[in-house]
Amino acid sequence: MKLLILLVIVVGIIAVAQLAKIYQLSARLRGHREEEISEADTRLQGSLWIVFMFVLFGTTIWQFVRYGDYLPPSASLHGEAVDTLMNYNLALVIFVFFVINALIFVFSYKYRYDKNRKAHFYPHDNRLELIWTVIPSIVLAVIIIYGLKTWSEMTGPASDDAIRVELYSKQFDWTARYSGDNDEFGATNFNLITPSNPLGIITQEGIDQAILKIEGKISKLNDALTSEKGHLLAEKKELESTLHPSDDHGHSDHGDSHHEISEDYINNLKSRLKAIDDILESGTTTIMTDAAYEAKEDKIYRLKRHRQRILELKNYQLGEGLNAWEVGEDDRIVKSEFHLPIGREIEFIFRSRDVLHSAFMPHFRAQMNTVPGLPTRFKITTTITTDSMRTILDNPDFNYILLCNKICGSAHFNMSMNIVVETQEEYDAWLSKQKVYIAEKN
Amino acid sequence: MGNINHKESFISKYIFTHDHKMISKQFLITAVVMGILGVTMSVLFRLQLGWPGESFAILETFLGKWAPGGVLDRNAYLALVTIHGTIMVFFVLTAGLSGTFSNLLIPLQIGARDMASGFLNMLSYWFFAISCVVMVFSLFVEGGAASAGWTIYPPLSALPQAMPGSGMGMTLWLVSMTLFVVSSLLGSLNYIVTIINLRTKGMSMTRLPLTIWAFLVTAILGVLSFPVLVSAVVLLLMDRMMGTAFYLSDIFIGGEALDATGGSPILYQHLFWFLGHPEVYIVLLPALGISSEVIATNSRKPIFGYKAMVGSIIAIGFLSFIVWAHHMFVTGMNPFLGSVFVFTTLLIAIPSAVKAFNYITTLWKGNIRLTPAMLFSIALVSTFVTGGLTGIILADSALDVTVHDTYFVVGHFHIVMGLSAIFGMFSGVYHWFSKMFGRMMNTKLGFVHFWFTIVCGYGVFFPMHFVGLAGAPRRYYDSSSFEFIDSVMDLQPIISTFAIIGSLAQLVFLFNFFYSIFRGQIATQNPWQANTLEWTTPVEHIHGNWPGALPEVHRWAYDYSNPEHEEDFVIQTTPLKEGETAH
Repeated sequence: MKLLILLVIVVGIIAVAQLAKIYQLSARLRGHREEEISEADTRLQGSLWIVFMFVLFGTTIWQFVRYGDYLPPSASLHGEAVDTLMNYNLALVIFVFFVINALIFVFSYKYRYDKNRKAHFYPHDNRLELIWTVIPSIVLAVIIIYGLKTWSEMTGPASDDAIRVELYSKQFDWTARYSGDNDEFGATNFNLITPSNPLGIITQEGIDQAILKIEGKISKLNDALTSEKGHLLAEKKELESTLHPSDDHGHSDHGDSHHEISEDYINNLKSRLKAIDDILESGTTTIMTDAAYEAKEDKIYRLKRHRQRILELKNYQLGEGLNAWEVGEDDRIVKSEFHLPIGREIEFIFRSRDVLHSAFMPHFRAQMNTVPGLPTRFKITTTITTDSMRTILDNPDFNYILLCNKICGSAHFNMSMNIVVETQEEYDAWLSKQKVYIAEKN
Repeated sequence: MGNINHKESFISKYIFTHDHKMISKQFLITAVVMGILGVTMSVLFRLQLGWPGESFAILETFLGKWAPGGVLDRNAYLALVTIHGTIMVFFVLTAGLSGTFSNLLIPLQIGARDMASGFLNMLSYWFFAISCVVMVFSLFVEGGAASAGWTIYPPLSALPQAMPGSGMGMTLWLVSMTLFVVSSLLGSLNYIVTIINLRTKGMSMTRLPLTIWAFLVTAILGVLSFPVLVSAVVLLLMDRMMGTAFYLSDIFIGGEALDATGGSPILYQHLFWFLGHPEVYIVLLPALGISSEVIATNSRKPIFGYKAMVGSIIAIGFLSFIVWAHHMFVTGMNPFLGSVFVFTTLLIAIPSAVKAFNYITTLWKGNIRLTPAMLFSIALVSTFVTGGLTGIILADSALDVTVHDTYFVVGHFHIVMGLSAIFGMFSGVYHWFSKMFGRMMNTKLGFVHFWFTIVCGYGVFFPMHFVGLAGAPRRYYDSSSFEFIDSVMDLQPIISTFAIIGSLAQLVFLFNFFYSIFRGQIATQNPWQANTLEWTTPVEHIHGNWPGALPEVHRWAYDYSNPEHEEDFVIQTTPLKEGETAH
C-alpha cells in the first residue's frame, strides 16, 4: 500500500515534468509566447465555462432533489416559523445563485477574445449602478424585517407557566434537572460539586459533605508531606544542630542567644526529634522530589481556599421563610435521557461546569451555548411527540437528540443525550419516578 | 536612494533585503510552503471524516503515533483542524496574500522607488518568518499543538487540564500569533504611509488602480483590528500563566474548583471577533483588488464603475468593524443586541452586490482573454457571489440558530475565504509572476490547474451546505453514530475524494511555479498589455524600480479600448491627447 502510493506520487511528478518539457519545447519551436492565448485555447476555455455551468447547476439541482429533505419537520412551534423563513431565504439565495453565476459563465464564453473585435468602452453608468444599489437594499430590508420579527418572537421571555428544565454540561456529558414539587430550582454553587452532588446544589448536607471531602483530602496530603523522608532528615539535622550548636558552628557567635532558649523549648525540640526518629524507624515514610512536594503544598493551599469559599457560602442565607437550602432537596436529576410533555412551553436553562459547550437540538431548531459562570436560556414549545415523529418518518428507532456543538475537548463528538416528547400523563408518570436529589447524610 | 546596481552579498540580497520586490517573493514562497502544510493537514483529517475509523497505512507512515494503526487519533484530529485553520487564515491568506502583493505592487503601481521604510518592511517579513517557525514547532511539543479550534475559545484554551492541546502547544500558538501581529502591524503601517506619501507626480487618489485601494483599506483594517487580537491573546496568556481571571469564572475541572471568579469567556469572543470579522475582509479585499485589475486588463475594458468600486471597498471596510457579534448569536448575548448585528451584517450585502454587478458589467461586451489569471479571477467572482449568498442565511440570527457551528458554516466561509481569496492569490501569481521572476508561467499547465481547482473546490464545499442543513456539527471527529444525519453522510466520502484530487492538482501549480522560476520563458516588459505603472519597469529587477526619473502619470489606470485611441490600452504615463478629457 505504502509502496503503491509512493509509486503513484513519483509517476505523477514524472508525468508533470514530461508534460512541462513538451509544452516548453513546442512553444519554443512555434515561437509561441506564453501570454498569447491561441484561438483554439480561447475557444476551449470559453466552452469549458459553459460545460462547467451545466455541471455546477446540474449537480446543484441533483443535490436539492437528493438531499432537499435534510431535516424532519420541526418539532417545535418557533421552528415552524424558522423553517418557513429558511425556505424563503433559500429560494431567494438559490435564484440569485443561478442568475448571477449564469451571467458570469455565459459572458465569459460569449465575449471571449477575438482579435478583430474591440471591447465596448463603458466606464460607468450612474443609473445602472443606482438600480443595483437600490434593489438589493429593498430585498435586504425585507429579509431583515422578516428575520428580526421571527427572532424577537422566539427570543422573547417565557410565559409563567412554562416548564423549566436545566441542562447542565460538562466534559463530556449532559445532566438534566427538574425542579421538584415546589417548582423552584435549588441554588447551586460550583464549589460544592462532589461525585454525589454533580450539579453543586446548595443544601445543608451538601455543604457539610463537601467540607468533609475537602478536609479528608487535606489531611491525606498532609500525611504524605509529614512523612516525606528527605524533609524529615533535613529537619532532624537542623534540630540536632540547634540542640548541639558546638558541633559545626563557632560557639561564641550564638552564645548569647543560646542562653535565652527556655527549658520548655528544648524539650519540645527533643520530643519532635524523637517523633521524627519514630517515623523514620517505622518505615512508613514517603519519598518525593522537591517539585512533587511543592505541588502537594500548593494543592493544600488551593484546597484550603476552596474550603474557605464553602465556609463563606455557609454563612450566607436567604430570608423569605423558605430556607434556600431546602429548595434544592427535591430537585430531580436525570442522566442519559430526558423527557418533555407535548404542547407545553419549555424554558431551558443552560449551565456549564468546565468549558464552553453548546446545547444543539436540531429537531427543535434550538441551539444555545452553555457558559461557565453565565446561565443562558432558550425556550421552545413542543409540537410533535416522539411516537408521532416515528410514524411520520416511518422509523421506529427515531429519537430526538441533544448534541454538544461547541468544541469542548477530545470526546466532544460523543456528548449527546436523547430527548423524549410524550403526553402530559406519560411525562408526569416519568417525572415522579426520577431520582430526587438528596445529599448523603453525614 | 539610487538606481545604481551596486554589488550585494547573498545575505543582503536574498535574506535581510530591504527591497520590496525581494520581500514580496519571500512572503510568497513562505506562504506557499505554509500552504502546502495547511492543505496536507486538511487531506489528512478529510480521510478520517470521509471514512471514519477506517485504517489508512499512509496516515501511520506520515503521522506515526498521531495515527496509531492508520486511524487518526482524536486529539491529533482536533490539532490538525486547529492548525489547518490558523495556517490558512493567517499565514497563507493574510501574510501570503496581502504581504506578497502589497509589497510587490504598492511601490510599483504608485510609482515609488521602494516602501517608505525598507527596514520596517524587512522586520515585518522576519517577524512573520519567526512566527511561522514557532507555529510549526508547536506541532511537536508534548501534548501536541493547540487543539481548541482556530478561534481558541477559553476556557478550553485557558486550562491545560481541559485537553492535551491546551498545554505547551497552546502557549506557543499564542506566542506565534503575537509575533504574527507585530509583523502585520509593521507591514500595514508601511503600506499606509507609502500609499499616502510616495505617489508619483500625477498619481492622485482617484487615479490609483483598485489593487492599491484594496491594499490601503486592508492595511487600515489591519492596523485597527490586529491590536485587539493581541490584547485578547495577552489576557489569555495571563489567565494561563499568572492566575488572572479575565475569561474564567465558576469552573470545576479535573476534580477541583478553580479560584477564578468574575471573568467571562464571552469577553474573549468579543475581542477575538473584533479582529476576526475584519480579518475576513483583510483576507478578501486584496483578492478583490487583484481580480479588479486582472478582469479589467483581460476584458480589455475599464473596470465598470470605478468610483462605486472604491466606495464599496471603503463601505465594506467600515461595516466590517460593526458586525463582529454575528458570530455570537447563540452565546447567550442579549437578543436585542443580536438584532443590531443582524442589521449591520446584512448591510454588507449591499456594497458586495454592487461589486459583483460591476464585475459582471465589466465582462459584458468585453474582449476577454482567457489567461489562467483571468480564469481564476472570473472564478473568484463566482465563488464570491455563491459564498456571499449563504452568508445572508447565516447573518439572519433566527436561521443561524439552526446552522450555527455546522458544516453549513464550514461550506460558507471556505467558499468565501478558501476559494475566493485563494483564487485571487492564484490569479495574482499567474498575472504578476513575470514581474516577480522575470519569466512566464506555463499557460497550459495553468489551464489544467485551474479546471481541477474550481471543479474540486465546488465539489468539496458546496455539498457541505447540505450536510450542515441536516444538522451535522463541525469539528466532530466522527459523526457516524448519529442516525439522524445518516441521510447526508454519504456526501462525506464524496467531499473527501474531491479534496484529495483537488490537493493533488495543486502539485501541477507547484511544479509550474518552481519550474518557471528557473526555466520559464523569459518575460517581455508588458506581456498583458496593461496600463499600470509596474509594466513600465524593466524586466530585470533593479533597486529603485525605474532606471531614470520616476514616471509621471497623466490618466487613470483603466483606459482600455478607449475609442479615442488606436491601441486597446493606454499606459498611465501617456499624456492626454489634445481635446481628450481625463476620466
